[in-house]
Amino acid sequence: MKQKSLIDDLHDIQEEEEKNYLPLNKMIKAAKTTGISEAKVYGVSTFYTMFSVYPRGKHIIRVCRNLSCHLSDAEKIVEKLKEILNVDFGETTKDGEFTLEESSCLGMCSVAPAMTIDDEPFGNLVPENISEILRKIKEDSKK
Amino acid sequence: MKIYRTHILIAEDSKSILEGASEIKKVLVNEIDKKGLQDEISVIPTGSLGFEDIGIAMAVYPEGIVYAPIKVEDIPEIVEEHLLKGRIVKRLVKRWEKKEVTVGITRPEYIKGSQYRAILRNVGMINPESIEEYIANGGYVAFEKTLSMKPEDVINQIKMSELKGRGGAGFPTGLKWEFTAKAKNPEKYIICNADEGEPGTFKDREIMEGDPHTLLEGMLIAGYAVGSGKAYIYIRGEYMLSIDRLEKAVNDAKNYGLLGKNILGTNFSFDVEIKKGAGAYICGEETALLDSIEGKRGEPRKKPPYPPTSGLWNKPTVINNVETLANIPLIIAKGVEWFKSIGVPGTYGTKLFSLMGDVNWKGVIEVPFGTPLSKIVMDIAGGVARNRKLKAVVLGGVSGSLIVPDEIDTPVDFNSLARIEAGPGSGSIVVLDDTRCIVDIAKNIAYFFKHESCGKCTTCRVGTELMYKIVDKICRGGGTEKDLDILEKLSKDMQLTSFCGLGQAAPNIIVQSIKKFRDEWLTHIREKKCPMNVCKMDWEEEQYEEIG
Repeated sequence: MKQKSLIDDLHDIQEEEEKNYLPLNKMIKAAKTTGISEAKVYGVSTFYTMFSVYPRGKHIIRVCRNLSCHLSDAEKIVEKLKEILNVDFGETTKDGEFTLEESSCLGMCSVAPAMTIDDEPFGNLVPENISEILRKIKEDSKK
Repeated sequence: MKIYRTHILIAEDSKSILEGASEIKKVLVNEIDKKGLQDEISVIPTGSLGFEDIGIAMAVYPEGIVYAPIKVEDIPEIVEEHLLKGRIVKRLVKRWEKKEVTVGITRPEYIKGSQYRAILRNVGMINPESIEEYIANGGYVAFEKTLSMKPEDVINQIKMSELKGRGGAGFPTGLKWEFTAKAKNPEKYIICNADEGEPGTFKDREIMEGDPHTLLEGMLIAGYAVGSGKAYIYIRGEYMLSIDRLEKAVNDAKNYGLLGKNILGTNFSFDVEIKKGAGAYICGEETALLDSIEGKRGEPRKKPPYPPTSGLWNKPTVINNVETLANIPLIIAKGVEWFKSIGVPGTYGTKLFSLMGDVNWKGVIEVPFGTPLSKIVMDIAGGVARNRKLKAVVLGGVSGSLIVPDEIDTPVDFNSLARIEAGPGSGSIVVLDDTRCIVDIAKNIAYFFKHESCGKCTTCRVGTELMYKIVDKICRGGGTEKDLDILEKLSKDMQLTSFCGLGQAAPNIIVQSIKKFRDEWLTHIREKKCPMNVCKMDWEEEQYEEIG
């Protein structure tokens, strides 16, 4: 028997949303169905970094800045991402395609510096390849 | 893939071939066969070694010796003296240095050969998505054996093996199981902690992606031993491939009747469910993990009561790390004696380490406990990258410890490491070369903890924030010696009064770096200069109010 927790519900809600977030009305609904207070649902939604209560882009870029990636010049990757996308951390591009987020260690240290876009991992990054990766992601999602 | 102790590279560029390199190779292979070394030594033709002007050349690895020029009549001597007896034929040596092997396959083979792969025996060898391949390689045999044993005998076996938890704390696994087994509640849980979030750690992922069934088998045995019918794997939401592979493994095991009701015709029923985390480092702390599975904010609970007696939904719960559980089938199948023949007294068995940073080879390795850290870094990982000098090793993740070159020969096991106030921790090894700035490293670590503090207790919530502010200030040339004192005092307060392990461990590396690299900190403060030229000295006085 599968026992669904609130976190499972929130994952489901967020995955259904094109804008990758937890809309207020759906959080309220989740509170009603689970019998957990609205305040607590909001508390959980804002505790975990993978959830967002604000609309985000179609694709979430999570870039790691922890020790191993830091040693492999992750800052240059971060700069390049910010420059190409013209956003800061937590912001979404004007065309609504990408949201840039900083992530804690993604467990991809052997191929540092690393990032993930949605569920897809990218390692051994160099600043020159970033725009090509982003272009491909954009193109693939249009198909 | 076969593993050889020695690789010989023979230059077979066009010029060398003209001079008879193929003939030399033929004689060499013949001589090696004659001495019965064909399973230990591999001869590989390669391109130019750079000596074709003086004649035919061959390189012997791992020693990195180049013999040139060589003639057919030299071959028997090289084989007899060097390859058989290990004495280098000095008369023919052209170049003698330890060099990176350039043929793609040889380096990984060498690395594989210098390990003891017990937990990772199947990783890279079988198809992780095929339960049939796992079973064909002796999978689920240990579980079957368990079913014919009494649960308390299973626990006794694990207790006798002295297996210690591989998550970092090193608590004896058998004891943990016994607490839960003896608890009166009929409802008990097994939880696998797969929330691998310690920066620089990716060993558990290697198991989950490469051999997911070994983890399931470990959980089944644990469930049978403590009398639990339900298990959870709590895994990071970011580990998509691991989640997919584990889900497939669980479904396949169900179809084979290895999970579900009345497993293999016995009274034992067991179910495994995968719970996806949502991005919170703190959920690796076992009680925070429990709250997260229950669907709450992942904040640590007050201990005692400890999870073995009151865990998930206040029921007795065994929480084990992925690597710990992966040890279980081996101990049951191969026996306690076998297990205790590996490692050192006090810490038996093997340990997975994830290697990264400034080393020539990065990845996950498995070695017996007690292997000197220097062997791991200098030999298996191929030494410090770009021929630089070693500055320090961050062992056990950013909440672990900082090892300096003087301590590098310490064997990695709980007792030896405890003597230098360290521990294997999460099994992460981050190597820093002599161009790295220790203050910059400290700042990176402080930033991480500031970001990941859950906010439950004041010491950690405020402490991690303040710690980052001070380190940042020093890093950018605005620090005073008083700041350093404050930092040390703050660290002590955090270590002593934080609610859980996160806040207690957050200052570890920073404090040790001040102790072991004080001069470097002082240069940042007194001379407003970064000796390594890493930190930007852009501090402006009005940026923050006085700290402290």
